[in-house]
Amino acid sequence: MEHVIIIGNGISGVTAARHIRKLSDKKITIISGETDYFFSRTALMYIYMGHMNYEHTKPYEDWFWEKNRIKLKKAWVSKVSPNENKITLATGETMHYDKLIIATGSKPNKFGWPGQDLKGVQGLYSKQDLDLLEENAPNNKVCKRAVIVGGGLIGIELAEMLSTRKIPVTFLVREHNFWGNVLPEKDAKAINNHIKEHHIDLRLNTNLKEMIADKNGRVRAVVVEETGEEIACDLVGLTAGVSPNMDFLKDSGIDFGRGVKVNRFLETNFKNIYALGDCAEQQETTGERRPIEAVWYTGRMMGEVVAQTICGNKTAYKPGHWFNSAKFFDIEYQTYGWVFPQPRDGEAHFHWLHEDGKKCITINYQIASRKFVGINTFGIRMRHEVFDRWLTEKHTVDEIIENLEQAHFDPEFYKRYEKHIKEQFKNELKINA
Amino acid sequence: MAHNISATGDTTYTLSLQQKLATLLGFTGLFILLLATFNVSFPNKTLWLTLSLSAICVGIVWFGVNQYQNKIAGIKNDGIQFSSLTSRGILAWMLGLFLTGFYIVLYFYPQYLGLTAEDQNNTGIIALFDPLSYLLSGNPASQWFVYGTFYTIAVVFFGIKFIYKYRHNHYQRLRTFSVMFFQLGFAFLIPEFMARLNSESFSLPYYDLKNIWPLNHYNFEQYRVDEFISAGNIGIALLIFGVASIFIITPILTYKYGKRWYCSWVCGCGGLAETAGDPFRHLSDKRLSAWKVERWVVHSVVVFVVVMTTAVIYSYLGDASKGYWLTRDTFLIGVAILLTLVFAGVIVFKRNEFKKDALYGAVGYLAIILVLIGLHYFQGSQLFLFETETLRSTYGFLIGSIFAGVIGTGFYPIFGNRVWCRMGCPMAAILGFQQRLFSKFRITTNGGQCISCGNCSTYCEMGIDVRAYAQKGENIVRSSCVGCGICAAVCPRGVLKLENDSMKGRINSNDVLLGNDVDLMKLVNER
Ligand SMILES: Cc1cc2nc3c(=O)[nH]c(=O)nc-3n(C[C@H](O)[C@H](O)[C@H](O)COP(=O)(O)OP(=O)(O)OC[C@H]3O[C@@H](n4cnc5c(N)ncnc54)[C@H](O)[C@@H]3O)c2cc1C
Ligand code: SF4
Ligand code: SF4
Repeated sequence: MEHVIIIGNGISGVTAARHIRKLSDKKITIISGETDYFFSRTALMYIYMGHMNYEHTKPYEDWFWEKNRIKLKKAWVSKVSPNENKITLATGETMHYDKLIIATGSKPNKFGWPGQDLKGVQGLYSKQDLDLLEENAPNNKVCKRAVIVGGGLIGIELAEMLSTRKIPVTFLVREHNFWGNVLPEKDAKAINNHIKEHHIDLRLNTNLKEMIADKNGRVRAVVVEETGEEIACDLVGLTAGVSPNMDFLKDSGIDFGRGVKVNRFLETNFKNIYALGDCAEQQETTGERRPIEAVWYTGRMMGEVVAQTICGNKTAYKPGHWFNSAKFFDIEYQTYGWVFPQPRDGEAHFHWLHEDGKKCITINYQIASRKFVGINTFGIRMRHEVFDRWLTEKHTVDEIIENLEQAHFDPEFYKRYEKHIKEQFKNELKINA
Repeated sequence: MAHNISATGDTTYTLSLQQKLATLLGFTGLFILLLATFNVSFPNKTLWLTLSLSAICVGIVWFGVNQYQNKIAGIKNDGIQFSSLTSRGILAWMLGLFLTGFYIVLYFYPQYLGLTAEDQNNTGIIALFDPLSYLLSGNPASQWFVYGTFYTIAVVFFGIKFIYKYRHNHYQRLRTFSVMFFQLGFAFLIPEFMARLNSESFSLPYYDLKNIWPLNHYNFEQYRVDEFISAGNIGIALLIFGVASIFIITPILTYKYGKRWYCSWVCGCGGLAETAGDPFRHLSDKRLSAWKVERWVVHSVVVFVVVMTTAVIYSYLGDASKGYWLTRDTFLIGVAILLTLVFAGVIVFKRNEFKKDALYGAVGYLAIILVLIGLHYFQGSQLFLFETETLRSTYGFLIGSIFAGVIGTGFYPIFGNRVWCRMGCPMAAILGFQQRLFSKFRITTNGGQCISCGNCSTYCEMGIDVRAYAQKGENIVRSSCVGCGICAAVCPRGVLKLENDSMKGRINSNDVLLGNDVDLMKLVNER
């Protein structure tokens, strides 16, 4: 029987395993050094905040794996030897595979800042990171102030987490707005305000210079690049993005760039080795999509695709229209299609902001053809299915605005904003005409 | 996990000064009641009762508002898993024991609360409530009046806390207003006022009108039916209303809105669960095995209540049937035909949707039919070996008292706030049966947005593994869902929406959008 080994029990590896099992009788082993069972990384923050405990974050009950004959092994893989179809574990044990799936996810970026390896300096990616955070910042007595470096999705989650334990947070953001390299200015400004409303000391246009140790080798302060200001703190959260986790592949002969290089079929340069999820770098991208997409659902999709290929139905990875979502403290964010921080050539943004400053949308469209390109929504839920259809059918921005009710997804009895949005859109049309 | 718990004894999640004061105030109110229970006599009962109840009410609201007032509106479940009270810690067990103890005394030893023989004056805590009872119904208080008052206070004032907690969520606000209204008006005040209308010559069974059979399992007992009938037009109207509620009103509303119209907008048990029980909702058991137990237990209760009610009505039809068109035989045959029609309908129209559960239905149905035949042969008040009356009182004891009260509410802090609704309530089971098969209600999932975080499953009080559906892009159509809407509220990615839409495509397990291209979705959906 063919033995499929999957390195990594995250969403990509686990989805691949589940679908291979659906389609075949192959022997499947998932190896991961992080946890015994698959858990949802996206829920790490809720464990620290006390909304859920670790058990709640496991999408499948523990009996699931044995019942589906998916073997789980808790170990770190230290080496892959493609020519011998063999992997070596950190314990020295070796295992033979027929097909190998690399789904090892990401690791937090560290940009060589002085002091980045001090005690009390950490990222937030793994279960181990969470445990470490629990040690470094159990409460505001042990951790009197935290500094977070990097204004992205994980940074703001960390800020929210710490603030639930009443730990004062200074948030260093390199861009001139929170998530300024992704969000249009007006959207980002609304989020800036909301962050401050939560008493986070938000520092925009601010870079980290270095971290200073106390006599025990623990961080005691950070130094700001621009001003040289020293901010005393007991915790530094490094959340300046993530990059593929593939150090153990260095001398394996498997091709890599920023990530493990794969073709449309998620194959590496070895025919029986595949890479998926956060750690895969597409050599040929789809539409505007980036070569490495570290999001949950793309990992899941790649898992489904690779299972087809491995089970004899060679299938290319063809993700549909881009979408994503996040939550910034109390403001939910969804996006469908593409909205760039600055409209590209020939494109324009329509922006609507509710008077409470916590609900807004930005629609990106082409000026000449009026084709709808994408939407950001904040504080309003919209229906994925409808926007997906609109994107496929290439609707115009005018049609989208006209039919916005169809995409409504807020709970029943919520206030509706379509009317305001339409009015403003019409007014702006008149002005521009 | 150990370290997680160790981290929590600290300052972060302890009560604020105001919350401590609020707790103190509330407990002072309770303490007065405790003193009364131990027969400390209060000179001015009205004054002391007012003081005590006000202290409790103000305490609850003060505590609740203080908990959320310095927070920006939004989902604030911070520290729920750390607090001893809400994570099965020592406080939870203490509260659980206290509540169970209270229920046991209430149901089985009301004399300790001060209940006395008819012709004597009440003592203890019941006596303290006399002034309020006289004010409302003109009668002295009973243990049920005391309980009803507590219950209503809990629903209304914890309801205020709940509304404040979810002040950003209009669905939650409206729904909670609704349960508060029905509890205060229909369950508490109206029956008391109805009691006022009764006199020596006129006696109407006064009751909570929204309490529908089978929840109100005693509604068709002989003495009640006799009373209804002898109370003339009003009585007959109430009796007809009681029957229409079951066969007309309930199915229509459930078809349009799902069982939530009752379970989380109207029902008193649901009302208490959603308000006072809210901090415990995450304690429900989500395991697949719990779901299996649930289906067996709750459907058995349905069979039990149907058999019991049929037997009860059957037994007195024998004596009183002479004047009525409804004879024992007509009644039995009627019940049999009704059940057969329901069952046949399901088999014919819904076979595909209901494979596994149809089996449970079949078993229950068969059991009922067998019993009916048995009844017919014995032709007496006996049903197999049991007296009808024994059957009824066993039901009342096991289901009405032990399950609904002692376990259902007493164990809130241990099993979660809806164990009764999930495992024991025959009304919920019947509504759920219809919701699963014949209703426009469903929870829609939003394409591929789910990140499998688990908030929805964790906070589902009915123990539904919502995530299991959401992460597949599948709508949630489950008989046990009470439509509380909390899963949709806590979802950080806007994945879930409670909706009433057409029946077509309601269960969409083969039509999912997870972000992949269409060809692949086709492959993935192939079994
Ligand atoms: C805090 C946080 C919040 C997030 N929130 C969102 C969100 O809201 N939405 C979203 O779309 N995405 C979110 N993401 C990103 C998302 O979680 C990732 O894209 C996704 O988990 C990647 O899945 P994966 O299967 O590729 O890798 P991973 O989930 O990283 O799994 C890889 C596994 O492989 C193990 N492993 C690595 N190397 C080895 C080795 N040599 N030997 C053995 N095991 C190894 C790792 O320990 C890990 O367990 C979030 C990420 C984080 C950290
Ligand atoms: S599925 Fe959602 S709406 Fe239904 S009972 Fe559970 S939490 Fe409430
Ligand atoms: S539906 Fe929402 S709450 Fe539930 S697992 Fe998915 S993202 Fe989390």
